[in-house]
Amino acid sequence: MIFQILLILVLLILGYFVGSHLEKKHYQSIIKREEMLRDIPAVASKILPPGSENFNQVLVMGNVTISVDYFKRFLAALHNFFGGRVTSYESLLDRARREAILRMKEEAAVLKATLVLNIKYETASIYKGGGKAIGSVEVLAYGTAMIPKASIDAV
Amino acid sequence: MLISNLEVIPDRKVTKHLGLVQGSSVRSKHVGRDIMASVKNLFGGELVGYTELLSESREEAMDRLKQQAESIGANAILNVRFSTSSVAQGAAEIYVYGTAVILE
Repeated sequence: MIFQILLILVLLILGYFVGSHLEKKHYQSIIKREEMLRDIPAVASKILPPGSENFNQVLVMGNVTISVDYFKRFLAALHNFFGGRVTSYESLLDRARREAILRMKEEAAVLKATLVLNIKYETASIYKGGGKAIGSVEVLAYGTAMIPKASIDAV
Repeated sequence: MLISNLEVIPDRKVTKHLGLVQGSSVRSKHVGRDIMASVKNLFGGELVGYTELLSESREEAMDRLKQQAESIGANAILNVRFSTSSVAQGAAEIYVYGTAVILE
């Protein structure tokens, strides 16, 4: 009994420190890469911009699976009891969505696209059956990359 | 084969609509990855195994979509959508569908 309580405590402390360190690092990397890829706008509109006949279209996508740490899952269980905002899952989903968009933009950048149209998100919770626990989510972002025809001729 | 999630392709006319085509793939990961994922679940962060698994099965679903479109003589698939659902413990279904068309 005492051993079990100790184990849970150790896991909580480990989860808190390692988890928040990883999250901070991840946010830093997201902000840095968002800055780098700012010149490729990703828009949800499906209206073609004028002059679009000079572009080729390719489907691009990015996906990521992220899980929360043990501490945050514990916190979420508490939140579930009292109700209200579950902040630990909010940051999880925010990170996953921004990362997925970044990966999609990276794919578009390799293709020398200048614009990504008609962005769609797809979210799935894929925790391996731990009851109702969310735990980890997968986010897919996809859209149509507009690649100027001139840049393809050059390649 | 042109695949796009737009409804129109600039400068090219749709000469014939061939209806809906689809592809799906159900996969689960092996035990090793499962154990790794449970460890990572403690500390949070990206579960690389799952990310790879899902993008592999998405590729497969896209291949099936393309095959189906080719077999009915289409040269493009427009308005493509993805959908994910977890059917059982540790297994995910990836479903992709779109409209097969012949572009001039």
